[in-house]
This record gives sequence, structure tokens and C-alpha cells, in this order.
Amino acid sequence: MLTITMAIFIPFLAAVLIPLIYKLVPRINIGWFVLIIPIVLFIGLLRYVPSIAEGEIYIKTISWIPSAGIDFITYLDGLSLIFGLLITGVGSLVILYSIYYLSSRESLGHFYVYLLLFMGSMLGVVFSDNMMVLYVFWELTSISSFLLIAFWYHRKQSRYGAQKSLLITVSGGFAMFVGFIMLYAMTGSFSVRDNIALIGDFTNHPLFMPAMLLVLLGAFTKSAQFPFHIWLPDAMEAPTPVSAYLHSATMVKAGIYIVARFTPVFGGEAAWFYIVSTVGLFTLFWGSFNAVRQTDLKALLAYSTISQLGLIMSLFGLGSAALNSGYEVDSVIYAQATFAALFHMINHSTFKGALFMVVGIVDLNVGTRDIRRLGGLMSLMPVTFTIALIGSFSMAGLPPFNGFLSKEMFFEAMVSVRHLEFFSIGSWGTLFPVIAWIASIFTFVYSMIIVFQTFFGEHQPDRLDRKAHEAPIGMLIAPSVLAILVVTIFFFPNIIGKYLISPAMTAIYPTLASANDLVPQITVWHGWNTPLFMTLGVIGVGFLFYRFLRYWRSVYTVVPLRWSLDALYNGTLKRMESGSTKITDFYMNGFLRDYLVYIFGFFLISVGGSLLLLGGFSFDLSKDAPITINEYILVLVMMVAAIAIIFVRTRVTAILLNGVLGYSIALFFVFFRAPDLALTQIVIETVTTALFLLCFYFLPQWKREKVGRPTKLINGIIAISSGVLVTVIALSVQGNKFFDSISHYFENAGELTGGKNIVNTILGDFRAFDTMLEVVVLFIAGIGVFTLIKLKAKKEERDVED
Amino acid sequence: MKINDVILQTVTKIVVFIILTFGIELFLSGHNNPGGGFIGGLVLSSALVLLYLVFDIETVHKGIPVDFKKVAAVGVLFVIGTGLGGILFGSSFLAQTFGIFNLPIFGETELGTVLLFEIGVALTVVGTVVTIILSISEDV
Repeated sequence: MLTITMAIFIPFLAAVLIPLIYKLVPRINIGWFVLIIPIVLFIGLLRYVPSIAEGEIYIKTISWIPSAGIDFITYLDGLSLIFGLLITGVGSLVILYSIYYLSSRESLGHFYVYLLLFMGSMLGVVFSDNMMVLYVFWELTSISSFLLIAFWYHRKQSRYGAQKSLLITVSGGFAMFVGFIMLYAMTGSFSVRDNIALIGDFTNHPLFMPAMLLVLLGAFTKSAQFPFHIWLPDAMEAPTPVSAYLHSATMVKAGIYIVARFTPVFGGEAAWFYIVSTVGLFTLFWGSFNAVRQTDLKALLAYSTISQLGLIMSLFGLGSAALNSGYEVDSVIYAQATFAALFHMINHSTFKGALFMVVGIVDLNVGTRDIRRLGGLMSLMPVTFTIALIGSFSMAGLPPFNGFLSKEMFFEAMVSVRHLEFFSIGSWGTLFPVIAWIASIFTFVYSMIIVFQTFFGEHQPDRLDRKAHEAPIGMLIAPSVLAILVVTIFFFPNIIGKYLISPAMTAIYPTLASANDLVPQITVWHGWNTPLFMTLGVIGVGFLFYRFLRYWRSVYTVVPLRWSLDALYNGTLKRMESGSTKITDFYMNGFLRDYLVYIFGFFLISVGGSLLLLGGFSFDLSKDAPITINEYILVLVMMVAAIAIIFVRTRVTAILLNGVLGYSIALFFVFFRAPDLALTQIVIETVTTALFLLCFYFLPQWKREKVGRPTKLINGIIAISSGVLVTVIALSVQGNKFFDSISHYFENAGELTGGKNIVNTILGDFRAFDTMLEVVVLFIAGIGVFTLIKLKAKKEERDVED
Repeated sequence: MKINDVILQTVTKIVVFIILTFGIELFLSGHNNPGGGFIGGLVLSSALVLLYLVFDIETVHKGIPVDFKKVAAVGVLFVIGTGLGGILFGSSFLAQTFGIFNLPIFGETELGTVLLFEIGVALTVVGTVVTIILSISEDV
């Protein structure tokens, strides 16, 4: 049976193999091989559903860096299972769709490697219990998203969008990283489960609030919440399968996952409740309000995704209220907001994925996504139209589609805020349903725009690049599956409620697990109540708004464009670039000797300064061994060689004198019976001398440079004081004993490792991690030299916009 | 820079084998005596550097048709692979194990997985050093 660790690593392994298969089997579209992976994973995860629904939880710990509290812990519960199924399920459909969407002339090898990289890291995010591991996967999703947005990197807008998304999401990721470290500082564990159990004692800790805010910052940037939503519309430059997969169904939901996962940690606090719910609610409104003005179908869908993410986010905010006061009747009411959030998240993935694929089909077939040029496609593309109709009506919250059910639950949750008696909400609670209702009207309007302005109205063949026709069957399979799901979920919502959402609810509310009415029964008809009247109102007012759209459209031009958040982002970026250029130009003057002055000057100030401030000078020469005569001679030789280097006239002499220094040090190692060090020093000296000689071949004649006396003096002072400082440090180290000796740790190296050479056992066994990283660094340095010299930028004839 | 020194070339042909043998000896005996992957790798690469200095690059490349970038990459894979090997056998990352075996010629010998790790280190060192020197020297 598929283990969760395997589920994370299979996509990565496949990503390694894809370039090979791509080269070896050029005749078959590589997408078919890739398709196998998410399907296998999806089926594998489905097999967990029954046991998870019975409350089982799968944990597997692989110790990785136990000394730093970092272990690779995979954790599968109801919440991560929902996300895992979304990632693999939507992933399968998207890959199937992309096989027909991308032409085989594109560099498909790259595309699928990035996509698999994303899939693996996204699964890593939702299955990791250790926050450090989670963070690594989190940033990997940002990076693979960057690569996918910039897939058509010859377009300027693609590169801009990729950079924007990377800058915003990674900054948020850094914030979250700091938040995780703060949590570790409080509870002493990187495990989310441990934090849930332990955090209760730390709610008054001074780090508690900062940690909460930083984690939220990470979640909000990833899930495109206001004011960080600006990256999502620009990310639409990616190929449509990517937009459907990353930027509507999965990656943007990673932030929601974090909020859900950390609800048991931070939820129950007034700050969490207010921040999550108001940011979500405002994003809901702002996204839907802005979606209406878009003329590009994909931009419209991007804003609608922002708005829907806000909706889910605000529901999680409300749901956190349930943790405030233990198990009461009230708690269950608010917990149902979380239920609605999870339900809507699944629904959103189905209808929004279908809509994105429809837009991709339209774009590919007629060559434009501009609704001003589209129209009347209903008779030409009947299947596409049907899918679009189902998707849009579900998004608008109309029956008989799944969006209706979750929208009703959303209204119900919003209405219940009015009865909230804690968090000193007072009459402000009334604002919640009002804003939600207004935002839903705009949602209705843009949903209608998608259907009616694309498929109804007058067909304008002369304004289209290509003749409109129905898409090939292969391309229609994936959106059709999603559309069928949209309808099926409407008729059988409780299957999802029972098997998927209910175990996730126990994961979010571990303290309320015993409450038997935690999971509501979803019913299509629940009488003439407030939510239903709200929906009817939305339909009525929304219809009027849509009908008279051109009369009130001028609202959008009231605020000038330069006040937008985008302008703020662009301005900040520009100013940061010019500012950092100025600073860099100020000190990077191209003279190596000046750089050395900076380096040694910094060393003197930081190390010497801290020695002075902390009073680290203390010499204790009493324990030192007596100095023998041959040591004196060797030191004398070294001094003569060192001083002579300053006065020689050719490079070769200088390097030979340098060699004298090096070999003398090796001799010292021999004197002090360190054969390993001596050997290393000698070989290193030999290789570097050869390298130096090689480099000198390319350098011009060594000329005396005319420098002023004051500069010489300063350089001399820096040189001498650096030498003095190093000597002082060496002596002070001998004189002080701040730490216990660690040599006992290696005493029985022979029995522990089987090696008698302690130096080698330290390198290969005790501190193998250091050695491994050093080897990697060495390799990177070698590749760096190679690329710098060999792969000079060639002037290629490529059509890259700049 | 064309060197055509018969004495140096003749001597090198023999000396290189001595250095190479010494390098491998250092590498193998590393766990119990002075030596190890890093030093062994350095000695091996110094032998190669000597070859490149005495003969020209084309001649050496004909004799040793190896892409040293790949050697370095394989080395890194070995190093990380042995780390993952520990995980595969249910131990922690980079955990090494060993056993004492009685081999026919060598007598009582210690064989450990750390040798694989050291092979990786040595290959990376050889690959990187030669790659750097070759890329600089070919850039004329």
C-alpha cells in the first residue's frame, strides 16, 4: 500500500526521470507518462478514505536532524487527506487537459518537470507535521510556481508576473518561517501536533501575538488575500492548465490549509478571529468588485478566485470562534462555518477548475480571451458552453449546483455572527452578512458576464483570429468530469460531508471531537429562512446590476489608476532597485585592494570590537609547551618569506614565496604530529600553486601601482592589526575555557565507527553532515567556475521581449 | 604554452603511477591511518594536474576520456545517496555502519558503508579540481 512518504517523493523521483523518458521516447507525448503518477497517487489516497473517516490517523517519523528538532514526519488526517485528494485529483485532470492544450513544439519536458516538482512539494506541504520541513516544501511550491508562470519566458508579462508572485509569496514565506521559529522558541517543538497540545500555556507569552501575525502573513500572501492579492492576476500569464491547477485549485489554497491547520493553535483568540474573518471578508468583496470590470476572461477568473479565497478565509475566521469557549451549543454553530469553508473549498476547486479549462479552450480555439470580441459561441461550441454554464451558475450560487449549497451555508454562518456574544463584537456583527451579501451580488454579476458575454449575443467572426469550432474530445474530458462533479455533489453532498469533511473537522477541532452534531446534514431545501431570502435577493439585485452594467461601470474610473496597489508595488520595486544600485555603486569600485580593505576592516571592527567590548583578552601562557629551537627557525623562515612577498617584483617569485609559507605550515603540522593535516596542507599547496601559475598566465605584467602615502599607511595599519588580532584571538582561545571539552565525545571512536583514525571518523562519521555540505559547496564552486568561464552569454537570435 | 621536455615527460609517466597508487592507498587506509576521501582525492587530482601540465590537454584527454564535471556530480550523488541509504534502512540520515570481516589476503579487515561516503568525497574533489583547472586553462 502507498505510504505517505512515498506519495511525497514519487513526484520528485518522476521529475528526475521525465527528461530521460522525454529524450528516449520522442514519439509519444510525454504527458501520458506523467498522467500515470497523479492517478496512482489519487487512487492510493482514496484507499485511505474509509479508515480516515473512522478516525484513524497515520503518522510516520523518519529521523533526519534529531539534534535540531527536525524530523521528517508525515501526518495524514482528515484535513490533509482533503488537500491530498484535491492535489492529485485536479492534478490528473489538469495533466490530461494539458496534453491537448500544449502543442508538442513547446518544451514539454520542462513543463512536466516543473509540474511534478510542484505536485510533490504541495503534497509535502499538506502531509508534513514538522514545521521546518513544511516550510521547505512551502517555498518549493513558490519556486515551481515561479517556473511555471515564466514558462513562456520570452513574453515580458510572463517574466513580470513570475517575479511578482515569487517576491510576494516568498516574502510571506519568510515571515511564516520566523513565526515558526517563534513557536519553537515558546513550545520547544517544531511539530504542529505538539504545538497544538502545548500552546495553551503560552497564550500570554510575548511572542504569541507576533508568531500568529507572521504565520498569518505567510498564509495571506500565498492565498492572495488583500492587500497581497495583486500577484494573482499577473500570474495568469502562465499556461491555462497551470492557472487552473496552481492558481485556483491547489497552491493558493496552501494559505487556507495553514489557517485551517493552525486554527487549533491560534484559534479562540480574538485577534485571530478578527484578522482572518475581516481580511477574508474584505478580500471577498474587493475581488468580486474588481472582477466585474475585467475584460480579459482569465483576469476575471483571477479576481473571482481571489474573492472566493476570501470567502473561504472569512469562514475559517468565523469558525475559530468555536474554540473560544469549550463545548457549548454556540460552539457548534460556529464550527459549522468551518464545515462550510471546507465544503466550499472542494466545490470551488471543481467549478473554478472547469471554468479555467473552458476559458483555455475558448482562448485556444478563437485566439482571444477578450469578452469585447467574444460572443455567440453557444451554437459553435455547445459542449464548452454547457460546462461554462454549469461552472458559472455554481459560482453564482444557483441550484442545482454545488455552489448553491455552500453559498447557503456561508450566508447562514454570516448571519449567525450577529448573535456572537464574545470578542466584544457588539453591533458590528451586522456588517458581516451585509458585506457578504453585497459581495455575492458582484459574484453573481461576473458569473453572468462569463456565460452571457462569451456564449450569447452576436457572433463576431471578423474580430476573431481563428474560426470558432468545438474543441477535440480529449480536451473536453477533464472539464466535463469537473462539471459532472459539480452536479453530483449537489445531489449527494452528504457523502463528501461524511467521508471527507467530518474527519477534517475533528482535525481542526480536537477538543470538540466528541460533539455529535459537529457535522451538519447538508440539505438542499431547508425552508424559507434568511439565507434563502439572501440568495433570492442576490439573484434579483444581481440581475438588475448585470442588466444596467454599462450605466454604473463608470464607478471604476473614479479612483485614478496610479493609486492602485499595483502602482505601489511597481514604484517600491523601482525605488528599491535604484536605491540598491546606488548603494552598490558607492562601494563596489572595481579595485580588489579596496575590497580587501572592506573585508579586513569589517573583521577588525566586528571581531576586535566584540573582543574589546566583552573583555575577551586574557592570556595564560603557563600551560603552553616550551618552544624548541627548530620551531624558532621555522617561524623565522616564515616571517622572512612573508615580508619578502611585499618587495618582490614578479608574480612567480611571489607565488613561490607564498608556497614557502604554506609548506612551512605543513612542517609545523608534522612537528605537532598531525599527519592528516600535514598531508592535506602539502597537497593543497601543490594544487593551488599550479592553479596560481595557470591564472597568472592570463594576467597582464605586474606593475608597481602608484598609491599615495596615506593610503599605503592605512593599508599597512589594517594589515598589521589584522595579524595582531588573529594572534590575540589564538592566544585568548588558549587562555579561556568557556566551554567543556568535547574530546570525550570522540574517545571511543574505534568502537563506535570501526575507524582508528579519529580525524577521519570525525569527517566521515561524527560530523558527516558538515562534510556532505562541504562536498556540495565544493561541487557548486566547481560548476560556478565552469559556467563563468565556459558558458559566456552568447548573442543568440531569440525573440525575447525586453 | 607548449612544453616539450623529454626528461620531464618520461619521468612523469612513471611518477604519475606512483602518485596514483599512493592516492588510492591513502584513500583506502583513511579510516584507520592518515588519509581519507578528501586527501586521497586531492592526491589523485594532483597527479592528473601533473599530467595536464606535462602533456597537453588533448593528449591527456585521449588517454583519459572522462568528463570530470560528471565525475564530480557522481561524487555528490554518492555522498547524498549514502545519507539516504541510512534512511532506507530505518536509521537516521547519514548514519553509517561497519563490520569486521576476515578476508583471504587482507586478513582481518574493517568494511564500512563510510567507504561509499568517502568515495563520493574523493570523486567530488577530483572532479571539481580538474574541472576548475581545465576550464581556466582552456580559456585562451
